[in-house]
Amino acid sequence: MELSFYLVQLLNAVQYGFLLFLVASGLTLRFGIMGIINLAHGSFYMVGAYLAYWLTDLTGSFWLAILLGLPIALGVGYLVERFAISFLYQRDHLYQVLLTFALILVFNELQQILWGTDVHGVVIPEILAGSIPLTDNQSYPVYRLFISAACIAIACGMYWVIQKTRLGMMIRAGASNREMVQALGIDVNRLFAFVFSLGVALAAFAGMLAAPVDSVYPGMGENVLIISFVVVVIGGTGSIKGTFVGAMLIGLVSTFGKVLLPEMASIMVYALMAIILLWRPHGLFGRAV
Amino acid sequence: MSALIRSMPLLAALLALVLFPQFGSEYYVGLVSRILIVALFALSLDLLIGYTGLVSFGHAAFYGIGGYALAIAFQDASVIPLWQALPLSLAAAAFAALVIGWISIRTSGVYFIMLTLAMAQMFFYFFFESPRYGGDDGIFLFLKPVLMVGSEDILKLDQENNFYYFALSCLVASYLLLLMILRAPFGKVIKAIKANEHRVRALGYSTSGYKLVSFVIAGTLAGLAGFLEGVHSGYINPSYMSWHESGICIAIVVLGGMGTLYGPIVGAFIIILLQNFLPELTEHWQLLFGGIIIAVVLFLPRGATSLYPHLRELIRRPQRGEREPQEAADD
Repeated sequence: MELSFYLVQLLNAVQYGFLLFLVASGLTLRFGIMGIINLAHGSFYMVGAYLAYWLTDLTGSFWLAILLGLPIALGVGYLVERFAISFLYQRDHLYQVLLTFALILVFNELQQILWGTDVHGVVIPEILAGSIPLTDNQSYPVYRLFISAACIAIACGMYWVIQKTRLGMMIRAGASNREMVQALGIDVNRLFAFVFSLGVALAAFAGMLAAPVDSVYPGMGENVLIISFVVVVIGGTGSIKGTFVGAMLIGLVSTFGKVLLPEMASIMVYALMAIILLWRPHGLFGRAV
Repeated sequence: MSALIRSMPLLAALLALVLFPQFGSEYYVGLVSRILIVALFALSLDLLIGYTGLVSFGHAAFYGIGGYALAIAFQDASVIPLWQALPLSLAAAAFAALVIGWISIRTSGVYFIMLTLAMAQMFFYFFFESPRYGGDDGIFLFLKPVLMVGSEDILKLDQENNFYYFALSCLVASYLLLLMILRAPFGKVIKAIKANEHRVRALGYSTSGYKLVSFVIAGTLAGLAGFLEGVHSGYINPSYMSWHESGICIAIVVLGGMGTLYGPIVGAFIIILLQNFLPELTEHWQLLFGGIIIAVVLFLPRGATSLYPHLRELIRRPQRGEREPQEAADD
């Protein structure tokens, strides 16, 4: 195999890593700030993909679908936080696991009622439909580059919000000491609702971006969910930097695993996690809890 | 005497279960057999969730390993001796629990939940992607184990009633074993770990050792449940260890009432009967099922069996010297 082949795989790995980063950052923010474990996170990824499919069909434009879909996802996130998650902040993780597990069942069923069980595809928008030739017989689709670019933009935006704004200051403070933030007079409920909805929107956005390259099918969120857990565990909960490193590691291992050792690919990801945790029980950038 | 009275409902339930095959049709005997297996599975998880305070989200791994050990070792055998097959399944599940536990117990809280989930997924994918063990389709097992002494068959598990009583004995034996464990000093320590691990450590106990032992016991019993399910259904596939199974198992423990030994059994009856009969009501039964779990989490966090004392309070006769609630309200 030649160099360009590895280059293509490397680009794929990075793109997959970026998508994972989008999904997992929502998870890690919630662990860090709200102390909430949310299994239904994968469902929001699925909701995003289905919104992209449905709205593209309806409006005829992928861009319009994203534009309309994001507020819907934010709204769904807000409702779920208000009517389910907000009751669980003081409760044991066990109840959070159980309630969000039940939410998965509910979301899966709602998805089947609304959109059926067929597998759908979303057409790549025309501007991005081409591909860039690398060698005589290898080329790379522009859309995948676009995914990476969009994710980089979001990551930079998140970095800016979290490091440079007042809101980000509250988020960081919330992650390090929730009670103190509350004592300083910050409305933690509003902060939590915002962080939760933001996480939902990020997961849905990742689902929308992935819809044209991956097909849209029932249960598509669940694999993403568990891999995102692995990413969060490797990176250390609450650490955006750790999540980024974890997502890239998983992207590389799973993409190259599929090419080099197809039978072991899925296991390698978990084995990597086990090794990292044996070495650092709280993840690469996590703190002891 | 009062201990006897308090265990009356349990003994009555046991008696009903013992007599059930005499009245029930074969379909229902099969259904209750399945419930007994799931009850055993949930009971083993309760030792972790309800007593040790370890929220394991990967418990289905041991359930699956118990079944796979049976299927892999005996898929081509002409006869399956119970005294070989059963210990093998238990040993395999115990060993897996030792390894997963050793890795996971170093962490706690959310990490522990996610780590046990991820470790179980590793086993899931191992079997899912291995053509040698049937991959996605799993392994069929055409024979049922038999218990032999010399060349005499004492117990054949291919008859539904025989299997039923075997499963019931396994459940009762596990119940009694857990009861003994919990009354022993070991049980006091793990309950204390759930209440406050720091204090237990300050008292000089090596808490991780206790947690690991608890994890291995629970894993082994889950392996027993998996063995029974493999025998009962005659096939084993990766979905046995999917994370849905782990999630449902947690739901059973919580819905029944965690931290009690009868709670998971009640929970198993409720959930399996719901799963069996809700689909007749509506095609979208998962919506209802999810709704029920959400309602339990929000409104009945201590499970269905926590209603029992209230029920007893309602039907008990007022004792001497105690006034009727109506009179008290009149004052």
